[in-house]
Amino acid sequence: MNDTLANTEKKTAYILTLPAVLLVFAIILFPIFANVWISFKEVELKDIRIPEPRAKKIVKSIAEESSKIKILYKLRNSSLIQEIRDVSFQDNFPKNFEIVNLDPRCDYKNYNLKCEFGNWPAKYRENFQVIFETNDGSKIDKKKLKSIKPKLDGKSDNVLLNTNFTLKNFKKVLFDNEFIDLLLTTFYYTFFGTVGSIIFGILTAQMVNQKFYGRTFMRSVLLFPYVAPVVALAYTWELLLDPNSGTLNSLLINYQIIETPINLLGQKYIEISVLGFDFKLRLALTTVIMFEIWRYFPLAFLFILARLQAIPKELYEAADVDGASPFQKFFKITLPQITAVISILFMIRFIWNFNKFEDVFLLTGGASGTRTLPINVYQQGFAISDIGMGSAVSIVIVVLLLMFMFFYFKLLGKRVDEN
Amino acid sequence: MIKLNLFYKSIIFSSLFVIFDGYLIQKLPVWYNVGTFLIIYFFVSKINKYNFINLKEEHSTQVILFDFLTLFGILFFSFVILFPFYMMLVTSFKTQIALLVNPLDFSINFAQGLKELFNSYFVIFKSYNFGKYIITSTIVSVGTVIITLLFAIPAAYAVARLNFFGKTFLSTSILIIYMFPAIVLVIPLYTIFSQLGLRNSIEGLLIVYTATTLPVAIYMLQGYFKSIPKELEEAAILDRLSWFGIITKIIIPLSIPAISSVALYVFMIAWNEFLFSLMFLDNPNSFTLSRAIQYLSGDAETPRQYLMAGSVIVTLPVLFIFVYFEKYLVSGLTAGSVKG
Repeated sequence: MNDTLANTEKKTAYILTLPAVLLVFAIILFPIFANVWISFKEVELKDIRIPEPRAKKIVKSIAEESSKIKILYKLRNSSLIQEIRDVSFQDNFPKNFEIVNLDPRCDYKNYNLKCEFGNWPAKYRENFQVIFETNDGSKIDKKKLKSIKPKLDGKSDNVLLNTNFTLKNFKKVLFDNEFIDLLLTTFYYTFFGTVGSIIFGILTAQMVNQKFYGRTFMRSVLLFPYVAPVVALAYTWELLLDPNSGTLNSLLINYQIIETPINLLGQKYIEISVLGFDFKLRLALTTVIMFEIWRYFPLAFLFILARLQAIPKELYEAADVDGASPFQKFFKITLPQITAVISILFMIRFIWNFNKFEDVFLLTGGASGTRTLPINVYQQGFAISDIGMGSAVSIVIVVLLLMFMFFYFKLLGKRVDEN
Repeated sequence: MIKLNLFYKSIIFSSLFVIFDGYLIQKLPVWYNVGTFLIIYFFVSKINKYNFINLKEEHSTQVILFDFLTLFGILFFSFVILFPFYMMLVTSFKTQIALLVNPLDFSINFAQGLKELFNSYFVIFKSYNFGKYIITSTIVSVGTVIITLLFAIPAAYAVARLNFFGKTFLSTSILIIYMFPAIVLVIPLYTIFSQLGLRNSIEGLLIVYTATTLPVAIYMLQGYFKSIPKELEEAAILDRLSWFGIITKIIIPLSIPAISSVALYVFMIAWNEFLFSLMFLDNPNSFTLSRAIQYLSGDAETPRQYLMAGSVIVTLPVLFIFVYFEKYLVSGLTAGSVKG
């Protein structure tokens, strides 16, 4: 009895979870494997379309012979690069139609025209013509005739399914001159974006943790950048930073801080001299990182605030008795209490920033030194339309991420052991 | 004498000071007055704290500095966050000429009449078909919510309550899948969808959005389902209720708050989603709002006030939902539910 109950429970569980598991498998796990497959292939965007045999039916009446009709099929191979094999053709006709000239490739039986056209090479075109006559001499309804659509069928190779593999894509990705630069850009973007958002998160969480009027309102305001659509925010920032009529540049010029407008999103480097040292700052990248920090510090804020509110009050009271200053309290009590949250946040944000595509794409499109790996996936796959290359870049992303996670957990595991 | 609380007292005192000050020195900019107001407000509102005994203490300077930094932080962050949103709104109400003549005009000109004021909105609805995009976005987002809940509630129930082989594997893989980058899925999904003819279709978007939000939804729901007392279900099992009955008659009615917060989240994720809509939609007939705005910006000649009007339209529903249901949503956010 018990056994059957457990069995039914198992069965129910599988029935309940199966739809969700199948869907996630089909849309998330399967594509990851497919990515590996595609990355070893030479596939371009145009290869993806499956070649189809097509026919356009044109009905023409023949002058002075109302019982006869000419039907012209404009046949073609939709693909410019692939052949279609064993093309078959079928079309139906009204019950009083007799064929006048029968093509040797075709057969006419039971008012059904069947043809075998054999193989069509790429770009193949043919005008195929048939003439019919009504056996009872009645008038022909051209519209009705045209409304019957011919059926075509054929076999073709799917580039994606054959087993020609190559290492070319990975060679191209890894030995590209710009690969190191690409990695560095991605790393700068990810690292500074993550660290910046965590620092701002700590500051704001510490701030909202104080008592002041309008605290709950402040908390929702701080989350606005995180919940609003990225498209709207990116374009608003673009408008604010615009060199010609953007608010920021106008303000700076108005108060005579700068003389000529700075193109914050379109300039790769800016030369800055601090204390006599000249160095080049990657300007567009810095702006993009600023946007990223602005948009994602709310997540850090929320996590850290939740942790701060869980710190027992006694700790602070004890510190007060000992005469600790506010800064001592922050560094000696608060900070050690939130390190665990910070390390989790660092991992989550690092992974997500590493894969962030939309923000950079919308702000700069990857121009002026802001090309990160995810942007490269898009550019290779869709701008240069080399699907195989795009896939290879995304495999590189996955491998790098897995490496990061491996080292991160190893490091974290060690530290947990030490404590 | 009327008893006022300290908040009002400090506001009255500091405004009086600023009015006097502004009267005496009239040439200074508004910012100066705002700043003075806030500094005075800050000290007056803390007047109880800054008494003689406290000030004698060892760290009184640091305490004041800390308090002041808090006030400064509140101002700074409110400005930094709200200013872009404000500019988005202001720009959408302006004309092309007004934008070019004075980029530093931060006011909305209400005197120009409603028709002029909302001109950009009329234009994007009339000539750029935004009505249609709103409908598409709504269908996609609401559809995603419904399908996700249909799939997630049973699965979450099974993970929370039933014992079966592979349960722990399932619940850990939910989290791992949730961390997985969308950019890695784009190319294979694009190729598969083009071959199946699912590109440029709402169905295609619905499938992808559902699959990407499912792990989050299951994770959030199973956490809540675990908190429902088991005795209720045990009684139901004795009454020979099937699992379908248990879910519809016990679990769902009891977890309406959790389900609605998951629904709101999934709605927001689907509404804000950009990457997949960029990849899968290239026919303007099936654009979502985000994709439509991006498409609009692709034309360099599109006036920016139209772009901002579109941005306001896509932002408003999300912010409205967020502010209105904030209590439900913040707890979910901490559960790490919105991927970004």
